[in-house]
Amino acid sequence: MNTIWILTKREFRSFFDSLIAYILLVLFLGISGFFTWLFGSDVFLVGQASLRAFFMIAYWTLFFFIPALTMRLLAEEIRTGTIELLLTRPISDRQIVLGKFLSTFLLILVALLFTVPYVITIASIGNLDLGAVICGYAGLLLMSGAYISIGLWASSITRNQIVAYLAALFVGLFFHLLFDMLASSFTGLAGQLFSGLSMRTHFDSISRGVLDSGDLVYFFSLIVLGIFLSEVSLSKRTLTS
Amino acid sequence: MDIRIENLTKKFGGQRAVDRISFEVKTGEILGFLGPNGAGKTTTMRMITNFITPSEGSIAVGGKYISNDPDEIKRHIGYLAENNPLYPDMPVIDYLEFVGGLQGIPKAELPMRVVEMIRVTGLNAEKHKKIGELSKGFRQRVGLAQALIHDPEILIMDEPTSGLDPNQIVEIRKLIRELGREKTVILSTHILPEVEATCDRILIINRGKIVADGTSETLRKQATGQEILKTRIEDGEPNAVFEALQNLPSVTMVDFADRQHNRFDITAQPGSGTAREVFRLCVKNKWTLTEMIPFETKLEDIFRELTTN
Repeated sequence: MNTIWILTKREFRSFFDSLIAYILLVLFLGISGFFTWLFGSDVFLVGQASLRAFFMIAYWTLFFFIPALTMRLLAEEIRTGTIELLLTRPISDRQIVLGKFLSTFLLILVALLFTVPYVITIASIGNLDLGAVICGYAGLLLMSGAYISIGLWASSITRNQIVAYLAALFVGLFFHLLFDMLASSFTGLAGQLFSGLSMRTHFDSISRGVLDSGDLVYFFSLIVLGIFLSEVSLSKRTLTS
Repeated sequence: MDIRIENLTKKFGGQRAVDRISFEVKTGEILGFLGPNGAGKTTTMRMITNFITPSEGSIAVGGKYISNDPDEIKRHIGYLAENNPLYPDMPVIDYLEFVGGLQGIPKAELPMRVVEMIRVTGLNAEKHKKIGELSKGFRQRVGLAQALIHDPEILIMDEPTSGLDPNQIVEIRKLIRELGREKTVILSTHILPEVEATCDRILIINRGKIVADGTSETLRKQATGQEILKTRIEDGEPNAVFEALQNLPSVTMVDFADRQHNRFDITAQPGSGTAREVFRLCVKNKWTLTEMIPFETKLEDIFRELTTN
């Protein structure tokens, strides 16, 4: 556990050392703030004291931003060879992968913490349903976990960061959009299957305040699968040597 | 801690990068790994450091097998990888703390170890700089510091002096020599004088196989070379001297190295006492022998002979 924490800390700091973290935070807060308060179906247009507008925009911005954070996690270490220094330490491949996952998750957590002022502001304007807000945040965090896991895997199969970004986006697109579209054009079992695979279904269900065990199983199996596959491709050492 | 390697093989695709090699390294021995590029030096080192797993064969460190006990063995190995990969964004001191933490150095001892390593490798003035800002020589020192931070009993270094200037090379070699007194050291290089200067034993590998194993003296003896004497014989008519030398029984060939200064290169059967014969010949003819230098077979020649075919 201590080892994972050391790895997480280094990775988390390197987000800030390389300025990626600052760029992400500014863009994320800028875009989500703009669409929450100023443009489109923002808070004032809807005229309700709710954060639905924010959750909807964060649902999309995180989808694009997370692969940008995860693309370098393993691909860069494989390209520069620093992965060799990690893998020859008395630590396991799994600890390395978990450290990378946690550091990115922590950064997303920080980004979401910066939006807490939105909650406070809206709560001061009207009657805010706090339960729905907490569920919305939980939904965003679980979704982020799933995409970080997918991005981490994409980063483990290539030395090229751009390839890792696009691969993560490509795989993510199925969960984010395509399964949902397929679900609506199929009926019966296939429709149910695609609907069950769609991120939208589970995110909506959680952010509506329904914490179903099925949703949790969905998110956690995506997270575990991504981490597991990253570990497998790292342990093959095909790219690293 | 000793290292025992048996029938170690690594296949990449169908090719054998390392082909059934076996050797031992004893505690306190400095072993030099010599070979042309692509001979399998790095691959062998990577298997010992547990970076890649062998296709066949076994590696035992201190009596324990790497396949059974990887983490326990990794704790005792310090590794300087090829090209010395480092995180350019990290300050030196933070990086050493990070590495020390991963090696399981207790939190209380960590700052002391880091300071100690910075002192040993002479990085004091650069400790707060980012690694990416350092020159190649200093980066190499950071590489050494990270390999030594947990005071490992085994030190594995892949081309430790590559990219350093001559002064730095001398320093690093001195450091390796000092470390080699109590640690087991394996280093790879393709700089031949380096192995002679630092290593107790030399292992030459070519195309994944060991082609020579021994000290530099034993390798020289093994080499099927001829003895060459560089001589200068004065007070005689060059052509007469030349002919007389050629008529000596053990001499196979005589060359004019420099006719004006009466210099001759004498090639002879090794161990046949040619030097004595040449001396007696000069005495008999009242020539003056002013130079006689036995020219040793160079390690370069042995290396070339063993690794080209």
